[in-house]
Amino acid sequence: MTEPDRQTRQTIREIAESGASQAGALLPILHSIQDELGYIPEAAVPIVAEVLNLSRAEVHGVVSFYHLFRTNSPGKQTLYVCRAEACQSMGSRDLERHARERLGIDYHETTADGRFSLEPIYCLGNCACSPAVMIDEDVYGRVTPERLDELLG
Amino acid sequence: MTDGIRVFVPADTTALSLGADAVAAALRREAADRGDAIKLVRNGSRGLYWLEPLVEVEVDGQRLGYGPVGPNDVAGLLDAGLLGGADHALALGPTESIPWLANQSRLTFARVGITDPLSIDDYRAHDGFRGLERAASMTPEEIVAEVTESGLRGRGGAAFPTGIKWNTVLQTEAGQKYVACNADEGDSGTFADRMIMESDPYVLIEGMAIAGLATDATMGYIYIRAEYPLAIRVMREAIERAEAAGLLGENVLDSGRDFRMEVREAAGAYICGEETSMLESLEGKRGMIRFRPPLPAIKGLFGAPTVVNNVISLATVPIILDKGAQYYRDYGSGRSRGTLTVQLAGNIKRGGLVEIGFGRPLRELLYDFGGGSATGRPIRAVQAGGPLAAYVPSSQFDTPLDYEEFAAIGAMIGHGGLVVFDDTVDMGEQARFAMEFCAIESCGKCTPCRVGAVRGVEVIDKIRNGENEALNLELLRDLCDTMVSGSLCALGGMAPFPVISVLDHFPEDLGALAAARRSEEYPG
Repeated sequence: MTEPDRQTRQTIREIAESGASQAGALLPILHSIQDELGYIPEAAVPIVAEVLNLSRAEVHGVVSFYHLFRTNSPGKQTLYVCRAEACQSMGSRDLERHARERLGIDYHETTADGRFSLEPIYCLGNCACSPAVMIDEDVYGRVTPERLDELLG
Repeated sequence: MTDGIRVFVPADTTALSLGADAVAAALRREAADRGDAIKLVRNGSRGLYWLEPLVEVEVDGQRLGYGPVGPNDVAGLLDAGLLGGADHALALGPTESIPWLANQSRLTFARVGITDPLSIDDYRAHDGFRGLERAASMTPEEIVAEVTESGLRGRGGAAFPTGIKWNTVLQTEAGQKYVACNADEGDSGTFADRMIMESDPYVLIEGMAIAGLATDATMGYIYIRAEYPLAIRVMREAIERAEAAGLLGENVLDSGRDFRMEVREAAGAYICGEETSMLESLEGKRGMIRFRPPLPAIKGLFGAPTVVNNVISLATVPIILDKGAQYYRDYGSGRSRGTLTVQLAGNIKRGGLVEIGFGRPLRELLYDFGGGSATGRPIRAVQAGGPLAAYVPSSQFDTPLDYEEFAAIGAMIGHGGLVVFDDTVDMGEQARFAMEFCAIESCGKCTPCRVGAVRGVEVIDKIRNGENEALNLELLRDLCDTMVSGSLCALGGMAPFPVISVLDHFPEDLGALAAARRSEEYPG
């Protein structure tokens, strides 16, 4: 992976500095970086650490602890498939298999053409209309393999 | 009204997940084509999720329901006379009279699905801010006494009396105190918190402000899971509007006390629904659980006394302050007072939100409200209370929904989610998933959870493969016992419960018999 350019580093610094004064600043700053860049590049860790007067280990520890922070550039869209119990009761295990086969990738991977990343998720709160998936921020209910094919286009 | 007949199309996550936006667009377009004047309101959902998208039209002050409506139904509905409340194959009659809704006691959810979620005027017109107004004229001790008297217990899962927790915060001297709302609704089968935040956000703001007035806390954080992007957007917007309207900020409703609020977005760690992990996360750290004591009520967020409550607990406070403790207490049974917000989920025909007084049998929820399984097959098991709770077999479906009654059968009500499974479920696979989930979500601080969950998956795999079955079953029981007794928090301490329930109630799904059956079903 290519290292972020000067402009990206500057963006990261600006985000960190503008959020630094709030209480418990690290998570909101990491969210802002991911919202802006789509992921949290390795190079963000020392910059954020310096701005917040934390060690790199502390920042790295937080980035790696939370499932939804990612350190690699994602595909154009991300498909989240719910793996939790309510969806299991309505056939999500088959849906998961179908998603993997259809995209030809496993969880935490991105298709070769860069269109889709595939991520597991544990509950979207759409449990009365299972199984559920989310594409970026749009949730879909009662998703059959055929419906998933339509959604993926 | 000059601006047309009011038509309601819900815009909560579930309604949207079933195409509500396309229905709304079709209504706008088709009505314009016909020259019909409509005023389209994007309300929250009433939680009759099997009927979403549930379109309502207001005729002579009464709301009539139609559902489930797809975008292709819209033209036909308008042609049939939807705007005059005409009959149609999708017509449900007055929404309030649908038995599924009429048989509920909606207290916490009184406004949900009825109002435009972000309209402060709408909120006020439906008895909003009356609890806060009363609280503003009371002393902190009086507010705490009212909440204690109501019998309200934490709806997040642990069912600790809310008033007693508040009293501890109130009695602890400190320059700064906080209210931290736990909206990290991670249990599968639960969506009540999401519904409140998306469909009636001001009731949560009101409840948090009352908690602030009751404990001298001046700052509130809502910790919302990142999996709920819409709830995050709605809550942020509602807080902004409440501030602009002078309902939050300095000198709340002339009480002489200040209260501010902020939304914090989580980042996908189930453990952060545990209160001390949530506090760590709010402080910008890894969500590692803390030792207790000290209790968060004494030493919580940033070391300050902190009220930590679930969304439903806080959203229930306004009606208690408005109508009085006795009104709320009169619902319920035994030591479980008030109403329970049951969420019917998974393989269920009529899923959604059922708010009823405690004490009704589980069977009534599954069959009278739920209508049995979605697939039409017999219901074999129900996981009540989230991924860390027991699978309840059909022989126990007569158990009343009451914290103590459920505890007596080794189950729990938790946050009120009921995940239904039909008879095609492989309970061995469900037991394995309980351990797998714990392994994925463990914060890693204590060994029984961090290592135990991984070993749990391994030993269940061996049992499922028929290896040393008797010995490994014993080992699995031992491991569960170690995790239950030795873990620091509820994740490792309760993840064995679903496993133990499978061992106790569904032994035929684990071991050699099950392995033989599976290989017959899937030869090779």
